Amino acid sequence: MLPFISFEWVSDTVHFVFHGALWYALSVLGMGMTYCIVKAAYDTIKGKAGDHH
Amino acid sequence: MDAALIPKGVKRCPLPQFLGALTVVSVVLLWGVYAMLLCWLKGLNQTNMNNAYGFALWIWADLAVIALGGGAFFTGLLRYIIGKDELKNIINFAVLLGFICYSSALLILGIDVGQPLRGWFIFWHANVHSMLTEVAFCLTCYFFVLCIEYVPLVLENRQIDRVPFFHNLSHNMHEIMAVFAATGAFLSFFHQGSLGGVSGVLFARPFGFREHILIWPYTFFLFTWSAAACGPCFTILITKITEAISRKKLVKDNVIRLLAKIAGWMLLTYIFVKTIDTIYWAFVTAPSKGFVLNFFYTDNAFYGYWILFLEIVLCGWVPAFLLVVKKTRENNKLLWIAVFLGALGAMVNRWVMVLQVLAIPVLPFENWALYIPSWQEVATTILPVAYGIILVMISFRYMPIFPQEQELNPIEPPTPEVEPAAAADAEETPADEDPAAPEGDLQPAQA
Repeated sequence: MLPFISFEWVSDTVHFVFHGALWYALSVLGMGMTYCIVKAAYDTIKGKAGDHH
Repeated sequence: MDAALIPKGVKRCPLPQFLGALTVVSVVLLWGVYAMLLCWLKGLNQTNMNNAYGFALWIWADLAVIALGGGAFFTGLLRYIIGKDELKNIINFAVLLGFICYSSALLILGIDVGQPLRGWFIFWHANVHSMLTEVAFCLTCYFFVLCIEYVPLVLENRQIDRVPFFHNLSHNMHEIMAVFAATGAFLSFFHQGSLGGVSGVLFARPFGFREHILIWPYTFFLFTWSAAACGPCFTILITKITEAISRKKLVKDNVIRLLAKIAGWMLLTYIFVKTIDTIYWAFVTAPSKGFVLNFFYTDNAFYGYWILFLEIVLCGWVPAFLLVVKKTRENNKLLWIAVFLGALGAMVNRWVMVLQVLAIPVLPFENWALYIPSWQEVATTILPVAYGIILVMISFRYMPIFPQEQELNPIEPPTPEVEPAAAADAEETPADEDPAAPEGDLQPAQA
């Protein structure tokens, strides 16, 4: 998962593919949720309210 | 007592009745929790797993709920990516069922690994040559996706929605839900496939082994396909059961029929390819490994040709035709039968590919290894079912799961024995539950 931290780890191409895909998916989810939370906080402070979902 | 938490414009049973039903299901849940604690505290000696059955009832249940939960990713794909807008009226429930199925799968795996505290090993010390690593990665990520898709439903609870931050958060999550749905579909395609790939690469077990396209055996594609076909059947089945129990129509017929039609075509194409795959395996692959078809279905006390018939014909071709043909699809009783058989088909397929594979002897001096699960395994397998029922009950009661419920079940204004003038006033100022109450904006359920 974090191969550069595990001293015994020897990475090869397959590791990069698998872990790359994992971190890609996690990044999309993380960035998506960060956007939603930050925008919700901003809208709340500004007094805006989404009128529909 | 909890009226303030119930969505506007809908009617629910009295709280004591709800709590009574919840208590009954909770007893079953506690039975499962007790068995789960036995497995964790005393170890896997509580099970009847052995050297022949490293995979047993739990893994079957795991694969079955993941296949049935496939309705969430496939409905999400149809709704957000392909643009089948009518499915917005059932996507919430599909997400709820997916959330229940995938959290159940993770719970079962948590029991099955014996030492859940070491569950993170699969991420840290990933064996990238195992298909199960891909399953673990995608399963975990997709569970995050389902949490993200389920959270807005929770936030749309009548009281939570009043908090501006939560209202805005729910709104924003809905706005970019297509991104999450696309990510979920991507993850689902791969982990459903890899679960099938596990048996397909077992070259020492000719019953499960299949030919490959590059590194992927045919079972890889068949598992994904069957999940996309049978998952929506399960979604429709549970919707129908919920309607029967609540004695209400919750989703319009056109929505159910659209999903049933898509599921039917998916099922028909799947079972067509599955039949070809089975014939090729029976007459080419297995003989090339020194086996004849008869060997896999005779000389044992349980597995006969009946299971092949059940999987391919009764739970494959029959529901496929029932769902594809308009006349049978629009017959309510036949729709019930079709979606039940479709969901059962996925479960039978997973049973065959997990347990029958392990039952068949692979060496000339071995016998069939039949297996009966211990009560602890049975209880921990029923545990997620009880958990699922509880979550459906709570979600249905307090969240706007079915956007069309209000329209389909208008609450008639009370007819109190008051004077006509007072009654006229009451009509002009509807009650809190009146679906026509001017809100100034849409109800969460209408979004």
